[in-house]
Amino acid sequence: MEFAELIKTPRADNVVLHRPFYLAVEGTLCLTGHHLIFSSRRQDNAEELWLLHSNIDSIEKRFVGSLGTIIIKCKDLRIIQLDIPGMEECLNIASSIEALSTLDSVTLMYPFFYRPMFEIVEDGWRSFLPDQEFELLSSVTDEWRLSCINKEFSVCPSYPPVVVVPKSIDDEALRKVAMFRHGSRFPVLSYYHKKNGMVMMRSSQPLTGTNGRRCKEDEKLINATLRPGKRGYIIDTRSLNVAQQARAKGGGFEQEAHYPQWRRIHKCIERFNILQESLIKLVEACNDQSHNMDRWLSKLEASNWLTHIKEILTAACLAAQCIDREGASVLVHGTEGTDSTLQVTSLAQIILDPRCRTIRGFESLVVREWLQAGHPFQQRCAQSAYSNSKQKWEAPVFLLFLDCVWQILRQFPCSFEFNEQFLIMLFEHAYASQFGTFLGNNENERSKLKLPQKTMSLWSWVNRSEELSKFQNPLFEANSLVIWPSVAPQSLQLWEGVFLRWNRPSKFLDEAHEEMINIIKYNKELQAKVNALRRQLAEMETDDRMQENL
Amino acid sequence: FHTFFMLQVENVKLLDRYTNRKAANGTLYLTATHLIYVDASAEVRKETWILHHHIATVEKLPLTTAGYPLLIHCKNFHVAHFVIGQERDCHEVYTSLLKLSQPVKPEELYAFSYNPKTSKENREIGWKLIDLKVDYQRMGIPNNYWEITDVNKDYEVCNTYPPEIVVPRAANKAVVVGSSRFRSRGRIPVLSYLYKGNNAAICRCSQPLSGFSARCLEDEQMLQAIREANPGSPFMYVVDTRPKLNAMANRAAGKGYENEDNYDNIRFKFIGIENIHVMRNSLQKLLEVCEMKSPSMSDFLTGLENSGWLRHIKAVMDAGVFLAKAVKDEKASVLVHCSDGWDRTAQVCSLASLLLDPFYRTFKGFMVLIEKEWIAMGHKFSHRCGHLDGDPKEVSPVFTQFVECVWQLMQQFPCTFEFNERFLLEIHDHVYSCQFGNFLGTCHKEREDLKICEKTHSLWPFLLQKKQELRNPLYRGFTAYKELQPNTLPFSFQFWCGMYNRFDKGMHPKQCVLDHLLSCMSQKMKLEDNASELENKLPFLDGPLPSEACSLSKVGRAASKTPMLNTPQDYEGEPTPVLSNGTSAGDIDVTSDVDQKYKENLSHHRDLHDLNDAIDVLDSEAKDGKPQHH
Repeated sequence: MEFAELIKTPRADNVVLHRPFYLAVEGTLCLTGHHLIFSSRRQDNAEELWLLHSNIDSIEKRFVGSLGTIIIKCKDLRIIQLDIPGMEECLNIASSIEALSTLDSVTLMYPFFYRPMFEIVEDGWRSFLPDQEFELLSSVTDEWRLSCINKEFSVCPSYPPVVVVPKSIDDEALRKVAMFRHGSRFPVLSYYHKKNGMVMMRSSQPLTGTNGRRCKEDEKLINATLRPGKRGYIIDTRSLNVAQQARAKGGGFEQEAHYPQWRRIHKCIERFNILQESLIKLVEACNDQSHNMDRWLSKLEASNWLTHIKEILTAACLAAQCIDREGASVLVHGTEGTDSTLQVTSLAQIILDPRCRTIRGFESLVVREWLQAGHPFQQRCAQSAYSNSKQKWEAPVFLLFLDCVWQILRQFPCSFEFNEQFLIMLFEHAYASQFGTFLGNNENERSKLKLPQKTMSLWSWVNRSEELSKFQNPLFEANSLVIWPSVAPQSLQLWEGVFLRWNRPSKFLDEAHEEMINIIKYNKELQAKVNALRRQLAEMETDDRMQENL
Repeated sequence: FHTFFMLQVENVKLLDRYTNRKAANGTLYLTATHLIYVDASAEVRKETWILHHHIATVEKLPLTTAGYPLLIHCKNFHVAHFVIGQERDCHEVYTSLLKLSQPVKPEELYAFSYNPKTSKENREIGWKLIDLKVDYQRMGIPNNYWEITDVNKDYEVCNTYPPEIVVPRAANKAVVVGSSRFRSRGRIPVLSYLYKGNNAAICRCSQPLSGFSARCLEDEQMLQAIREANPGSPFMYVVDTRPKLNAMANRAAGKGYENEDNYDNIRFKFIGIENIHVMRNSLQKLLEVCEMKSPSMSDFLTGLENSGWLRHIKAVMDAGVFLAKAVKDEKASVLVHCSDGWDRTAQVCSLASLLLDPFYRTFKGFMVLIEKEWIAMGHKFSHRCGHLDGDPKEVSPVFTQFVECVWQLMQQFPCTFEFNERFLLEIHDHVYSCQFGNFLGTCHKEREDLKICEKTHSLWPFLLQKKQELRNPLYRGFTAYKELQPNTLPFSFQFWCGMYNRFDKGMHPKQCVLDHLLSCMSQKMKLEDNASELENKLPFLDGPLPSEACSLSKVGRAASKTPMLNTPQDYEGEPTPVLSNGTSAGDIDVTSDVDQKYKENLSHHRDLHDLNDAIDVLDSEAKDGKPQHH
C-alpha cells in the first residue's frame, strides 16, 4: 500500500493551530505517511509541531460555513485543534488522518521507516540480554538454570526463548507444567532477593478446572524454590471469588491440599475494560473545565483510577514484604499472568532492589518483566483515553505501573536515578513511537517481525548522554535499602505530570525544577573546586617539603 | 525537677493510630503548661509534648483489655490516643486536662508565664519589629488621596479597630463618624492595600445597616471618596463575600448590603463564602476523614468531597483572585465586607495583597500582612481559636483556611515565597499555643488592656531566629515575580496532608526534598568559605579544575541528616494478621527497628565527621581504590 493513496490533500495553508495556554498560530499543515506536521513558517518565531499519526487516538470534525475544524485527541492525552479553510481540504485531511492513524498492519508503522539522525553508540536491542542477567544471578546462587526449552516459542508462545527455572527441574517436567498452566505460562524466576536468597516467581493460573486437576510436576517445580521447612506465599492477583469462577472455564488456583507448603493470598487487581473505563473517566474529569470542586472530586473518585493504584501498590508491597520481612518465597499470578502479575512483580522489585531504581536497572526491568515476559503492548496500548473502540484487550496496564512507580518516586524523591520525565517518556513511547521496542505483543511476534533488524530500539536513543541528562534526578543518592511506600489514600496523588500535563501551564513548576537542579549543580561544582584547591595545596606543600629535604 | 510535675502516671500506652505496631509504653507527666509522654519501651528516649493550649478535646473511651483509653484531639491536628492502666489515674488526667486546656481568665494563658530569658529591651525591640506605618509608607501613604488618621485614638469610632486607620483624605471626620454609625459595629471602610501601579485600592469594612431601605449620606460619601481616590477608574467594586441568601437574611435584622442605586458608580457583587459555622462543621468532617482507620480510596475521596473543605478553600481563593484581578487588570478599587468584616474579609483582603505584592511573600512581609489584616483589624483570634473557655460556636478555622490558601499558592508557585511550609505550620501552631502575645484577645483595644507588649513576647523575632530552617531554598528573590495569577480550577487544589495528617508521619514522603535542599544551602555556605580560605592560601591559580574531582563531590550529608522513616505498613488491609506463620507482628517490628537503628548508626557515623573530614575520606578512598573503615 502506498501512503500517498491515503493522502488526498497533502498540504493546506492558512491553517490555525489552537492549543491550551498558547496563542493560536497560523501556518501550513502537511501530511506525510507517518506525521502530521504544522509549521508556522514565521521568520521571527518559527514553530513546528510534529505529530505521529499513531499518537492520534481520535479525531472530530466540525464545520462553520466553509471553515472546517479538526479536533485531534492524542494518546499522550493532549488535545489540539486545527482550523482549516475549505471544506474539501478539511474533509480530505480528516479522512487521511483517520486512515493513517488506524493502520492495521504493524509493518506499516513508523518504526519500520524511521532512520535515526543520531549516532548509535550502543544497540539497545542487545543491551539487556537474558544471558547477561543470568550471569549476575549465577554469581550469587547456583540453584537456577537457563532453559532453552522455548527456543522456537514452541512451548509457550508468549514467553521468551530462554527462561530461568530451578536447576532441579528438567525440561521434560517443564513441558508437563506448561500443559497445566494457562497459555503454557509455567512458573519462572522473576526476582532473586540477594539479601536472604528468597525468590519471586510468576506464572499464569493453574488449569485445575472444576474437578481439581493437579500436576505433580507443577507442585515439584514451585516447591523446589522453598527452603527446607519454610513456607511460601502464592499471591493471586484476583479476588477469591473471581479465582473460583475461573474454575468453570478450566482455570483455577492452587488448592491447599496439593500445595500444603504454600499459603495463598488473594488481592483484587482489576483488568481489561474496567481499567480502560477508569482511564477514560479520569481523563474526562481532568479535562472538565467547569469550576465545581464537588464535581471534580466526585468524578475523580468515580473514575476509580487511584483505587486501582492503591490496589496494585498494596499487592506489590505485600509481595515485597513476604520476601524481605517474612523471608519467604513468593509466586505471583492472576489469570494469564501477563498483566496484573507483571505489575506486582515489577513493582515489588522496585521496592526491594536498588538496582531497579537506576536508569539502566529500570530499563532492564521493563525489558525483563514487561517486554520479554509477554505483556501484550500492541493490544493494550492500541488506544488510549479518547478511543471509542472499546476493545476488550485495550487497557492501561503499563500506564498504571508507571503511575505506581511515580507514586513511589514521590515518596522517595532521593532514591531514584531517573525523574518523572523518564516515566512520562516511557508512557509516550509505549503508545506511539518511532522505535520498535514496544511493537508486537511478545518476543515471538517481535522476532517474526524482525524488529531488531528492521527497527531502532528505544534504548539506543535513550542511553546516550545527551538524552540521559534529561532523565536524571538531581536528588539521587544511591540508597541500598528496601523502600516501603505508604499506600494510605492521603499518600497517593493524581499524577499531574501525565493527567494535567496539557490542562495547566507548567511554567512555574518547571522553573522550580530548574532552580533545584541549579542549587545541586552549583554545590557539586563548588565541592569539586574545593577538592581541587585542597589537592593543589597539598601538592605544593609536598613540593616544599621535598625541596627542604634536598 | 519532679516538683514541676503536677501529675505523673506510670504504665501509660500511646497507640499509633496509623501503623499496626506495638503500642509504646511509658510515663505520662502533666506540667503547668504541657502534657509530656516519655516512651520507656523505646531504646532511644522518645518524648511527646503536647501544649495544654493545643488541646481541643479530651475524651474518655470505653474500657478495653489494655486499659482506660483517653483520646486527645489537638488544635494543630495532633491526635494522641493514650491507654491508662488505672481508672482513677485516667480520670485524674482527664479532669486535669479539661481544666488546664480551657483557662477561664486571659492571665492564665501561657504567654503571661512564658519566659524566654531575654532582656526587657529585646522584648520591646521584638514588639517594634513590625510597624504598620512603614508598610503604609511603602504603599506611598500618606499621599494626595489617602491619610493615616488617629480619629479612632480612643476607640470612639470603632472599638475593634486600631487607633490609627487609613481613610481617604476627602472623607472628613463627619463622614467617618457618620459612616461608622451606618456600619455594623462601627467598622467603617478603611484601606487595606493600595496598589501603587495604578492607585486602585482594596478597602474593607463591615456590612451596612441598610435593612430593607435605610441609607446614609455619609456612608455614600465615604464610598464616593474611596472611588475618587482612584481617578483612573470611573467605578469601584463593592464585594460582599457572603452568599447572597445570607446577606438578604441579614436585612431583616436591619443589616444587609449596599443598594447599587444609592451609591454612585459602584458595581456590587456577591462572592459566596460560607459563614464560620459552616466552616467549623466542614473542618470537623474533614478531620473525621483524616482520622479514618485504613480507609479505601473511595472512602477518602468521598469523605473529602462531602466535607466541602476544598470547596470552601477554593471559594476563598476565587475571591482573592477576583480582588487582585479587579485591582490589577480593571484598575478599579474594591471595597470588601462580609458581616462584621473580620473573618471572610480578612481572608480575602490578605490573600489579594499576597497575590498583588511580592513583599508579602517574604518573611517580613508575611508578618506585616498578618499583623495588619488579621491582628490589627480585629480578627477575633481568642474566640475563633477557643483560647479561653467560651462559646464553642464562636470557634472557626478561618485563619487555618487562610494559611491553607497560602500553601496552595506555594504548590502552584514554588519559587515565589521566601518561606517554606514549615513557617506556615509554625505560625499556625502559635496562633493556638498562646505562647506569644500576638494572637491573644480579640482586638487592639483588648490587647492594650491586657498589656500584651509589657507582659508577653512577640512571636516574630522568635520565628526569625529559625529563619534558616523556615526558608524556601527555591525562592528566586523579591523581584523575580510580581503579581500571581493562580489557577483555580478544582484540580489545582490539593489535600494538605502536611497539615491535617501532619502527625501521621507514615503518610508523608519518606525522603524530604525540602530538607535535602536546605542542607544544600548550608553546605553551600560552608563550601564557599572553604573555597575562599583555600584560595587565599594558594599564591596563584592556573589551569582548569581537574574534572575527576566532580565525581568526588557526592557527599551524602543531606541524606544522613534526614533518616528515613521507612517501615512496611499494613498492606493486607484486613485486621487479621495474614502473615502469621510463626512470626508475630511484633517480630516484624523488631526487624524494622533494627533497620532503623542501622540507619541511625550510619547517620551518626557520618555526622561524626566534619564535612571536611568527609571530603578527605572520599579523597583517600579514591586514591586507594577501595573503601576504608573509620
